[in-house]
Amino acid sequence: MSVAQLAGSEASNDSSKTFVFQNEGHTLGNALRGIISSYPDVQFCGYTVPHPAENKMHFRIQMYQGKAVDALKRGLNDITKVCDVILDKFDQEFTSFNENKVEVQ
Amino acid sequence: MEIMNDEKPRIILTEHKVVNNFPTGPTVFDEHFEVKKFKKKLQIVIVRHDHLEMEFDLIGIHPFLANTFRRLMLSDVPTMAIDQVHILNNTSIIQDEVLAHRLGLIPIRADPRLFENKADAGGPVQEKETLEFELKIKCNKDSSKKDSSRAEDMYKNSNVYSKHIKWVPIGNQKSKFKESDVGPIHPDILIAKMRPGHEMDLKLFASKSNGKDHAKFSPVATAFYRLLPEIKIVKQVEGEAAYRLQKCFSPGVISVRTEGDKKYAVVNKNHARYDTSSRNVFRYEDLKDTVVMSKVQDHFIFTIESVGALPPEAIFKEAINILKDKCFSLLTELNS
Repeated sequence: MSVAQLAGSEASNDSSKTFVFQNEGHTLGNALRGIISSYPDVQFCGYTVPHPAENKMHFRIQMYQGKAVDALKRGLNDITKVCDVILDKFDQEFTSFNENKVEVQ
Repeated sequence: MEIMNDEKPRIILTEHKVVNNFPTGPTVFDEHFEVKKFKKKLQIVIVRHDHLEMEFDLIGIHPFLANTFRRLMLSDVPTMAIDQVHILNNTSIIQDEVLAHRLGLIPIRADPRLFENKADAGGPVQEKETLEFELKIKCNKDSSKKDSSRAEDMYKNSNVYSKHIKWVPIGNQKSKFKESDVGPIHPDILIAKMRPGHEMDLKLFASKSNGKDHAKFSPVATAFYRLLPEIKIVKQVEGEAAYRLQKCFSPGVISVRTEGDKKYAVVNKNHARYDTSSRNVFRYEDLKDTVVMSKVQDHFIFTIESVGALPPEAIFKEAINILKDKCFSLLTELNS
């Protein structure tokens, strides 16, 4: 299991949660934090790697309204879309770059 | 400074500090994230590309995304590297463990996308996750050249190079790969020096892993990004001062143009991106107010230097795919 909810965080409250990611670190943490904290209904979003020797990342989301899990899902979804957009664009530019290079020669 | 207040987010390099400009429109830094807007803003320009190195610009993205891609390229994109060495015989002066370490650092040519991560570290050798090599070499006296005292002439195999590593196909690998697809990328890496009587007989096993595990698995020598520097001459600089201004920046950034008998400095648009942003201009009282140096905060110049196992564009694409896969697997877990 790679995502868990931190024990002891208010179980009754769906709008504020800390998620624990196994085998993740700053690479995913910071990207996710950046995207989720720009959502208007998110009050607070932050992450920490509690100890460098442990392969764990804690990810905190606090919402004005709605569920924290939904914001997390939306964030993950948005990253996949960002990846698709960049891949498409990169492929497009790369092929046109190579075509132009052939013409120059 | 008002001159730099255009639509781009910038930092302006002044003599003793760095200040922000006031962009005229909304930038990536103060918007709510939306994929549609992102798609509209994103620009990619490929500047330079060959089989080992490439440079491209990612324009209109947030620094956290740029940094994520850099981190992914350095430590998450997998390659193959020698991971286990079975030493059958080693009578050279280089110790077994040092030799094994040296061999591990040799870049291996093999497409990592065609292999799987090793499931069980101590498990049996499998063709879909391991490449096997052999290094069997013995140093002898060479009596053909009598009157030379160079080691290369007196002895056979006095230097062990990476080209002496021979690929041993396992199972079906022979039909799957050509001889030129696998092996050390560079033939001339010196592994050890030997003298007559010294001998090596080694079995090498390369497996797939990523830079997080060990730096030898990293597909890049370096992968880094810089912000685009922009230099603007706001007061005309003429004559001797123009040459002095030119010397303040990296070569090629400032050109001196001649018009009649007037000589004046202009910024060379194509080369300004390679400026190191040193603040040498501020040493001259008369020059320091003639230019404004700035950096565009959403314009990232990526440089990828591949080690050779994967071409640089493939490394970047792999990095993005890895991020996508991570998000996918987390999403399916959250939804179940």
